[in-house]
Amino acid sequence: MSRKIKILIVEPSVVISVGLDRILSLSGRYEVLPVLADAENLAASYDRYRPDVMLINPTILPYTKRQSVRSLLPEHAHVLLVAIVYQYVEPSVLKAYNAIMDIREPEERIVQQISESVESFHSMVKNEGESYELTERETAVLVLVAKGMMSKEIAEKLNISVHTVISHRKNITRKTGIKSVAGLAVYAVLHNLMDME
Amino acid sequence: MRLADLITMSPNVILMLPRFGISMGFGEATVDEICRKNKVSTEFFLLVCNVYSFDDYVPTIQEIEQTDLSQLLSYLTASHRYYQESRLPHIETHLQHLADQAGRFGSVLLKFYADYKADLHKHFMYEEQVAFPYIKSRCDGAGGSSYKIADYARSHSNVEDKLNDLIQIIFKYLPAMMMIDETIEMVFDILQFSADLNKHSVIEDKILIPYVALVEERQKKVSK
Repeated sequence: MSRKIKILIVEPSVVISVGLDRILSLSGRYEVLPVLADAENLAASYDRYRPDVMLINPTILPYTKRQSVRSLLPEHAHVLLVAIVYQYVEPSVLKAYNAIMDIREPEERIVQQISESVESFHSMVKNEGESYELTERETAVLVLVAKGMMSKEIAEKLNISVHTVISHRKNITRKTGIKSVAGLAVYAVLHNLMDME
Repeated sequence: MRLADLITMSPNVILMLPRFGISMGFGEATVDEICRKNKVSTEFFLLVCNVYSFDDYVPTIQEIEQTDLSQLLSYLTASHRYYQESRLPHIETHLQHLADQAGRFGSVLLKFYADYKADLHKHFMYEEQVAFPYIKSRCDGAGGSSYKIADYARSHSNVEDKLNDLIQIIFKYLPAMMMIDETIEMVFDILQFSADLNKHSVIEDKILIPYVALVEERQKKVSK
């Protein structure tokens, strides 16, 4: 992905929007679009800039629309919504967003948080309706993980790149819901994938 | 507000009482009266109640600044004791029953749980023996340590992963068994414990760490 991720900030406080703009621009991964200081032209701005991500302060929206922020956007809008939070916001309001960003987090966390959310948003959209069975290759990787091998060793053994191993591991975790190596080992045993020596 | 009303509205609060040394039988007493009687800061008690009652509750800078550090640390330590002396053994009893029926998988499950328990114990011990004493001395004005709260924040690894894995394994992958009632009970117990641990780390991440970061910041300014 060489194209920079386009971010639209919707935030009334200049201090915060300028700060976010600076942090995000410096990271080099994002293109920060001109800031909106109110929510009046939300839909028009979406159509004009087509942002990938909108960082929105939920309190900027009219009170009755806060719980349904997507209804303020065009119907075709395909955009990750992140709430900017620095004061108490009703949980029911935050539910309308894909992710929440607490501005008190350290600089690198803010950058990282957004890219993580973008990634999981993409894979969520991409994977709708897909199978949860492990593929043959994933099963092979799983067995080696369960035996305690590192990604690098697995890559050498299966003759694939480390990058591929990592993407298999991500898929295994997404499909099984199991994150830890110890948990994956139990999974492998329960599925009779391990030779019990 | 009466403590009884608070608990009726937000039943989770009842779990907090022993950690503050508050016992039942408080009748019609208000939250403030009970806190005073037990020498607990009312603000801090309510802060913890808020974290436990509302997902996504974000404490304000003022709330963080006003926190009584020694109460915060003893609260966190009391939570550790509750987890270790009550929750973990309780879940283990269930797991033991399940393992007895699970044939050769039983020992694998028990080993997984034992490892998880050991990880968690190590994590708590690190906090109580390294991180908390540092925080205390730092906030009492001692400077010069090379340890920084950022080190703690980094080491603050996610101990919840394995617990979630255990839940997934039990209800998705364990072969169907006769003990359905006990299995369900256990999954509920683990979910409850996991939610509690989550809130526990919210208190560490959103109150303790920012609090100490503020103190470090202030001391840096003074020493300049």
